[in-house]
Amino acid sequence: MSAFRHSLLGRLLADPMALFAMVIIAALVIMALLADVIAPHDPGAMNLADRFAPPSATYWMGTDNLGRDTFSRLLQGGRIALYVALTAVTISGLIGLVLGMLAGFGPRWLDNALLFFFDALRAYPTIILALALAALMPRGLSTVIIVVVITSFAEYGRVVRTQTLSLKNSEFILAERAMGASFGRIVFHHILPNVLGPFFILAAMNLPVVITIEAGMSFLGIGVPPGTPSWGATLKDGFDYIRNTPWILLSGGLPLILATLGFTFLGEALRDQLDPRLRKTR
Amino acid sequence: MSDALKVADLSVHYATREGALQALRDVSITVPEGQIVGVVGESGCGKSTLINALLQLLPENATIPAGRITLQGEDVTRANARRLRQMRGQEISVVFQDPMTALNPVLSIGRQMRDIQYRQPGRRAEKDRRSAEMLARVGIPDPVGKLAAYPHELSGGMRQRVAIAMAALMRPRVLIADEPTTALDATLEVQIIELLKDLQKEIGCAILFISHHLGVIAELCDRVVVMYAGVAVEEGPVADVFLRPGHPYTIKLIECDPGRLKEKVADLPAIPGSLPDLTDPPPGCIFQGRCDRATEICATPPPRRVQHPGHWAACHHAKPEGT
Repeated sequence: MSAFRHSLLGRLLADPMALFAMVIIAALVIMALLADVIAPHDPGAMNLADRFAPPSATYWMGTDNLGRDTFSRLLQGGRIALYVALTAVTISGLIGLVLGMLAGFGPRWLDNALLFFFDALRAYPTIILALALAALMPRGLSTVIIVVVITSFAEYGRVVRTQTLSLKNSEFILAERAMGASFGRIVFHHILPNVLGPFFILAAMNLPVVITIEAGMSFLGIGVPPGTPSWGATLKDGFDYIRNTPWILLSGGLPLILATLGFTFLGEALRDQLDPRLRKTR
Repeated sequence: MSDALKVADLSVHYATREGALQALRDVSITVPEGQIVGVVGESGCGKSTLINALLQLLPENATIPAGRITLQGEDVTRANARRLRQMRGQEISVVFQDPMTALNPVLSIGRQMRDIQYRQPGRRAEKDRRSAEMLARVGIPDPVGKLAAYPHELSGGMRQRVAIAMAALMRPRVLIADEPTTALDATLEVQIIELLKDLQKEIGCAILFISHHLGVIAELCDRVVVMYAGVAVEEGPVADVFLRPGHPYTIKLIECDPGRLKEKVADLPAIPGSLPDLTDPPPGCIFQGRCDRATEICATPPPRRVQHPGHWAACHHAKPEGT
């Protein structure tokens, strides 16, 4: 029991904020995974007789302009949001981790070149870049993921580089080298674990950002193909008919807010727990 | 008795924008098997450069224009990277000055100590047992429990004990102690010195003890080398050097030891002036700019005047033996 209480999960569960975040995330994940089972209606099925139906026992969150069930579409949207967020964060995180450590460990010219590259990418506004890329590439989830990866890996790269640089010159690394540790050993056993803490926190904090980018792109009509039930697309539908049916807009925004809050709280709780220096007691 | 570590006429230069900074010039230090040799000098005298040179961990802009470093008969300046890694930690290891930063903050003590033994055969439990034994040896209570602890959970004195345990874990032939007591308070200082003495007897390693603290050197070491601005100015048995210092710098250094003061003073004694510019050191004696006794002859390289058997001072004005 006490071993569990001292494990990362145990400590997270003891933090009310983290517990709240994990409950939200778990609910979102379960709903996304079981979307086909839970959904009361086919998310794509149009029922023109029931256009703009208000929330009721049949349509829990009402229907849209084509008579499609909003709740069923939101469940599908959760899948899209989580898929895009996890894929994009994993890919951009890995690229950033490798490039950041290269910059931190490599010769000065490589460091300068990579930094210039990171800064150039970070200087580019996400939505403008998304618009430009969307003009060149077919609409679809992979375009969304590519846009997110291009705009966000530089952030991981910078954080990892800074961490690596400060660690590289720290006394305990000198001590390790004095103890005969090889280069690989220093990189993988000593630098990497020290870099991973801030890295995971950044990744957790970036998940909601990616979800909003996907929603934003879909809202602008450059994200998912038309008809795909992404949260952003649902929001857009609701926005178009805001005078007739405010509930579409409200129910499209709700999961977005919940997902953002959940991942942000989790990221903050992780930051508090993963850094052993910030831990209160063991 | 053979020499565990022998530094012969070692020079180390750093390439800087102003030219070559001569951090070490013709330094010779011999650490016989099983003895404790102290190196004393103020900040900037080249102590850290010396340690990094011994470990061959000098920064990229450093060059070794002359000299040899022999560790148990093997020239480390010619060893390849692979052989150097074998030597480090196994034959020569270091205890660093600041125990707060010398341990990896995110790995447990046990994990770090297991890592040091990575070349050793044996299972994890076996390595942990060796680690716990060494922790117990350096006086850490509950050594098995401490293997799971992280560095931030230990006090400064405990961390320094852990760092010493790590350095001694592989039973090196030469242990370098880089001001291991500077960051600790006085009572801990005494304990750590006693611990080093005991360990030295037990493992039989030679210790190169680097400090600016004369009292600690007097307490612990057999011989002492006095360094000033990258030059060894005096060397001899500890008692002899401290009782009958030959070099004006050593004399000043001993006069400036706050431990000698009998009553409260407004200003602590100091040596007037500052270190010479090491990119363009003066010809002859390195200390002439701050020396009371300096005369024209000091512009020529000072001879090593033997003061007593095994005790010399590099000064024109040092009185030779018997006078």
